[in-house]
Amino acid sequence: MFRTIYIMWLREMKRFIRSRSRIIGSLAQPLLFLLAFGYGLGAVFSAAGQGNYIMFLAPGIIGMSIIFTSIFNGVQVIWDRQFGFLKETLVAPVPRLAIMIGRTLGGASVAALQGCIVLVMTSFVGFHPYSWPLVIPAILVMLLIGLLFSALGIAVGSLMRDMQGFQLVMNFLVQPLFFLSGALFPLKGAPMLLTIIARADPLSYGIDALRGFLINGSTFGIGLDLAVLAAFSIVFLAMGSYFFSKIQA
Amino acid sequence: MTDIIEVKNLTKKFGDVTAVNNVSFSVAKGERFAFLGPNGAGKSTTIKMLTTLLEPTSGSIIVDGHDPVTDSSAARSSFGIVFQDPSLDDELTAWENMDFHGVLYGVPAKERRQRIDELLKFVELDDRKDSYVKEFSGGMKRRLEIARGLLHKPAIIFLDEPTLGLDPQTRNHMWQYLEKLNEEDGVTVFFTTHYMDEADRVAQRIAIIDHGNIVAVGSGAELKAQTNTETLEDAFLALTGSEIREEHADASARMRMMRGRR
Repeated sequence: MFRTIYIMWLREMKRFIRSRSRIIGSLAQPLLFLLAFGYGLGAVFSAAGQGNYIMFLAPGIIGMSIIFTSIFNGVQVIWDRQFGFLKETLVAPVPRLAIMIGRTLGGASVAALQGCIVLVMTSFVGFHPYSWPLVIPAILVMLLIGLLFSALGIAVGSLMRDMQGFQLVMNFLVQPLFFLSGALFPLKGAPMLLTIIARADPLSYGIDALRGFLINGSTFGIGLDLAVLAAFSIVFLAMGSYFFSKIQA
Repeated sequence: MTDIIEVKNLTKKFGDVTAVNNVSFSVAKGERFAFLGPNGAGKSTTIKMLTTLLEPTSGSIIVDGHDPVTDSSAARSSFGIVFQDPSLDDELTAWENMDFHGVLYGVPAKERRQRIDELLKFVELDDRKDSYVKEFSGGMKRRLEIARGLLHKPAIIFLDEPTLGLDPQTRNHMWQYLEKLNEEDGVTVFFTTHYMDEADRVAQRIAIIDHGNIVAVGSGAELKAQTNTETLEDAFLALTGSEIREEHADASARMRMMRGRR
């Protein structure tokens, strides 16, 4: 069981570290958001009495890079199916659950690593955490967000037969989850409908927890954030394991 | 001789399409067994059921003493498989692909390293062990897959059209490895192929499947005698007819759609 989880995790890490173009490519988007929104809307934000926008935005952008990386990683089940490697893992004498968990942990680690790189990047545009020791729990939150969305990605990827569905997932799942999560704007004072939607979006709680640890600015309270993230993770892990175990070659 | 594979009344239906229809056969331990048939005849579906990738609709299978449906883990440990399409991780090196397999199959670290080196030498890839698989040619990938399939010392190796698209030199080499392995270590070899000469030369016994039914089983010589033909190719055509199987492309496309719906 553990050796299976370990080797699946190791594979994800190796693939990530080796694909330099993927790492660089996935940093371009957060950087663009930081520059365009951070500087573009910064003046408006502080004029409205909300303080420094870069400080507010940076945890949201970290959350963005984590959700994109982890769902993408999970959905890679389709790639493995297309390139045949999935079969190698499906005929192996190990529980499907171990394969799925190893994959999820791998995806979560890759996403958290990516989140850390973005965190470093934000410091170049003027972001600084209010307490350095609290960066450690923030990284654990990154892992938890990564776990949640890797599991969701695997669940979705297990249900899809080909890569055509991938763009659909990105447009109709990842983008709304990100834009409606409060990553870019404060939920306090947002219209009622938007607040309700944001409250149903697990990423909102992830980003809120990151804000709690990084800028001491949690809206929901870190306890609630962690409870919701954990609950969603368990549900998605169960879904992911179920759908992954149903894959037949 | 004892049977290592026993298939009884095996049936697989995809909706109203019957891919495998009440098939029974057995393979003896240490045998080289060829499973032949036109495209869409049910070969790959049967192999998938033998190797736990598909559940039968009805019938029973025993692989090395284990039922692939109820005791899938034990059944999986007993065989190695080389799929019709490559199943390697292109982003990993040859050695890493082998190591990954060894860890999944629980081969202890020391033995694993030793066997990986041995097997890579055996398929003549030891000088390329640290190259990424994406840099490999089709033949090299196939050789690596064979080496990988043997890493955990399986009792049976399944090969689904292992020589498809390979040049005669590579094909020859591959069968040399496999025959050597079969003779020296007693590994049972179960393979499918469209090259009849290959089946005739390598296999001790041949089963021919058509429209989901087994139409003949016997040695190459027996099949030729039975159909009064000179070559296995003629025997094959005599048993399965010479029309091209267009309708089966349709059947497999329907199968794919059905699976997509689930």
